[in-house]
Amino acid sequence: MGKSLTHFNKHRHPELTFFNDRVEQTTVVLAGNPNVGKSLLFNRMSGVYVDVSNYPGTTVQVTRGVFGQYNIFDTPGIYGVSSFNDEESVARDIILEADVILNVVDATHLERDIFLTQQLIDTGKKVTVLLNFMDEVKKHGITIDIPRLSHFLGVEVVPIIAVKNDNTEKLQRAIERAREGVQRQELHTRLHAMLDRVGSQAEALLVLEGDEVIAKRHGVQPEATREEIYIERRNRVNYIVDHVLSDQQKTNRFSEVLGKLSLHPATGIPLLAVVLYVVYLFVGKLIAQDLVGFTEGELGQNIWGPWVRGVVHSFVPSSSWLSVLLVGEFGVITMTTTYLLFLLLPLVAAFYTALSILEDSGYLPRLATMVDRSLTGLGLNGRAVIPIILGFGCVTSATITTRLLGTEREKTIATTILQFAIPCSAQLAVIAALLAGAGFLPMLIYTLVIAGVFLLIGTVLNRVLPGSSTPLLLDLPPMRLPKAGNVMQKTAIRTWQFMKEASGWFFVGALAVGVAQLTGALRLATQALVPLTTHWLQLPEEAATAFIMGVVRRDFGAAGLYTLALEPLQTTVALIVITLFVPCIAALIVMMKERGIREGVSIWVGTWIAAFVVGGIVSHIVL
Amino acid sequence: MTMLQDNQFSLVESVPGQVMRILSLPRNDLFYYHFIRLGIHEGQVVTCYEKLPGGTIVLRKNRQYVAVGHTLAQQIVVVLNNEGALHGQEPHALQ
Repeated sequence: MGKSLTHFNKHRHPELTFFNDRVEQTTVVLAGNPNVGKSLLFNRMSGVYVDVSNYPGTTVQVTRGVFGQYNIFDTPGIYGVSSFNDEESVARDIILEADVILNVVDATHLERDIFLTQQLIDTGKKVTVLLNFMDEVKKHGITIDIPRLSHFLGVEVVPIIAVKNDNTEKLQRAIERAREGVQRQELHTRLHAMLDRVGSQAEALLVLEGDEVIAKRHGVQPEATREEIYIERRNRVNYIVDHVLSDQQKTNRFSEVLGKLSLHPATGIPLLAVVLYVVYLFVGKLIAQDLVGFTEGELGQNIWGPWVRGVVHSFVPSSSWLSVLLVGEFGVITMTTTYLLFLLLPLVAAFYTALSILEDSGYLPRLATMVDRSLTGLGLNGRAVIPIILGFGCVTSATITTRLLGTEREKTIATTILQFAIPCSAQLAVIAALLAGAGFLPMLIYTLVIAGVFLLIGTVLNRVLPGSSTPLLLDLPPMRLPKAGNVMQKTAIRTWQFMKEASGWFFVGALAVGVAQLTGALRLATQALVPLTTHWLQLPEEAATAFIMGVVRRDFGAAGLYTLALEPLQTTVALIVITLFVPCIAALIVMMKERGIREGVSIWVGTWIAAFVVGGIVSHIVL
Repeated sequence: MTMLQDNQFSLVESVPGQVMRILSLPRNDLFYYHFIRLGIHEGQVVTCYEKLPGGTIVLRKNRQYVAVGHTLAQQIVVVLNNEGALHGQEPHALQ
């Protein structure tokens, strides 16, 4: 021990209480380290859904909701308030605007989390600490002296279990009782001196901590006292933790063993193979073959198709142009519904279920660690596994997740790999279904070619782009058994969002192809593409229609291949082309926003070239 | 590169199970301050939990596991902690 409480001189502004403010203007910000339950609490408080996963970087944007009379904001998980990366910059700006900060803390990681708590207190904002995972605290044999912790910090500390749905009153009180906490006297004096130059204590703190962005905003020089403030804060946090925490170090044996097995390649690679095989059995076999065989074949073609054609033909003559547009080969009613409801809906839902389970288990950061060294050859570090795996769900949202990477160089490489070589869930599901029917060799060739392109792009960009990859520094969350409720909610919401986004594009795509068919433009385009489709790729002429559909959305194009009668190896070639083909329009827009128009367009053009060059080469080797 | 004394070594040379005291971290803003935030800073005692082929090290401190890439681990200087903290449980050295 050795030091008394007076070492940390208490300093407060008691006249600034919550009730002096007008509540209708109160901005409440949920802030905390990654994976501490902020988004779950936000969901419960505001009713607004935000993705909840067990890895850092799930939330890269601020989401606003309403809780009673308060405006409430969810923020990305951060370890400190500064400008070191995009997540921090986003969180920093909303924290600077906060009236009240609800600091969510993982009670099983007090030593790590209280650092941010103390920094938030040092901003001079009103804070309440929500001590989450109190159920796990008990299980792990941890004891926390909560009154003493509250005494040291000078703010209310409220124990909660975020997964339970009975926190509303507690959270209401937590907001009402938020107050300024205890700062070191010396820091407080410095903050007051800086206040005159920047306007708010929070900004004064960041300038003292050398934050260049905030200093520039106020036209002052960033101070060189970050190291000193950080070390003093860390020492204070260690002191507090020493005096409030006792830990019997009880662990969950199963999660500990599984976590260790998934780290080392000797056990991690077989474990990865098992995970992939189970996902394949579930998505590729059970859903893609058995269920989709029934929904697409029986429900779609035998029941829905004839019925809807019968209904339409009772109003519209079957030979009319309107009939062709509505229920013809590319009819907006028949093709859109068959693709969306009977083919993609079951596949996408199954894929999101598998992905959600992986995300919530804490497996992905361990996978990132295992493959870390291999990715340095591609100019990336292990963290890049997270956007890449998420890309198998949706390339568009994965492109946003590249923000969690350390440098612009890494973001460029990861984005390019995502746009070229990662098929999204809807596309992958169709691919899995087609390859499962084509046999082992086509599947092997497809996998090797796409993996080859993946490696080639990374290797080339790593050589060409200036700079080098940054090393990995990754906090590994505990392995947890995914909660069925969260998995189902996440799957349902992502599937719904997919259907909402895709249906408009599918409708427009079907209409455009239908109009092109009626006007003869489709025939002309197909014929114009003959040298490419039939000579270079050695596919039937009709494959051109799928590629044209693929410009709208890659999954729409992949679905177009589903109905073609292709030889097994032709299937491989067609799928390679459609995988490497242009990203969907939503992905292109996000990519241009994230990486700039020039880089976005370059990648987009590159995908055209790569798709047909690689597809043609493979075709001439295997066909 | 810092000259290492007899009993000092780079973190990348550690083996699983070793309990070490951190002597110095690279002064790179991106990593140095992140280490302090995580509570893994100079003077602290950590355990090498896992060492992967290629040199990525997984450190353990109490209930926390942190993966450190090969080139970063090369720049971290450690010394064996003879005070023998079990499970990464250590005295708070910088008090």
